[in-house]
Amino acid sequence: MSLSHFSAVLLFSLFTSIVFGITQRAEPKTMVRFGALCFALFVVGTVAASWVMWLIKP
Amino acid sequence: MTTKVQMPVADADKTDRRDATSSGVSPALVLVAGWLVPGAGHALLGKWVRAALLMASIVGMFAIGIALAGKVYTFNTGEPLDMLGFAGDLGSGLLYLLARLLGWGQAPVLVAVADYGTKFIVVAGLLNIIAAVDAHSLASGRKQS
Repeated sequence: MSLSHFSAVLLFSLFTSIVFGITQRAEPKTMVRFGALCFALFVVGTVAASWVMWLIKP
Repeated sequence: MTTKVQMPVADADKTDRRDATSSGVSPALVLVAGWLVPGAGHALLGKWVRAALLMASIVGMFAIGIALAGKVYTFNTGEPLDMLGFAGDLGSGLLYLLARLLGWGQAPVLVAVADYGTKFIVVAGLLNIIAAVDAHSLASGRKQS
């Protein structure tokens, strides 16, 4: 199996966000909202960190 | 004439928790089942949708990690990160046992994507522990729903 780095990020974020949403909130509506927030933060955070690493590379 | 006896706060709290434990399943059993099989703790409590989502996520993550040729850690007393990796992998319960029995994840990690696979396997175990503890909290009444 071969994955691009970005698709690995998407899969990791998706699975982790589902578990975080279910376990960290009590109501279904807030679970979905928190899961979506976690997913967005994972993906945006990873892309932002990638750009930072690119900018500070020697 | 009826007299109303007021219950002490601590007893009232215990009663509330008992009421919340409507399933009648032992919290310890739920914890162990949730650790051994991802989502089984929630399934025992009748939370089928959550159980299915947790199982799909954790098993999916573990399977992708194996498919990416990630490493499955064995017991070791060497590098601290290797020991932590073993602890994380153990969180997958029977999935870890299956991987060891079938010899999955024993090839050396040579490419970056395989290193991602190693992380997928470790994180699947850690997420499974979170899910099992959540099921335990539901069974004991510490989490309401």
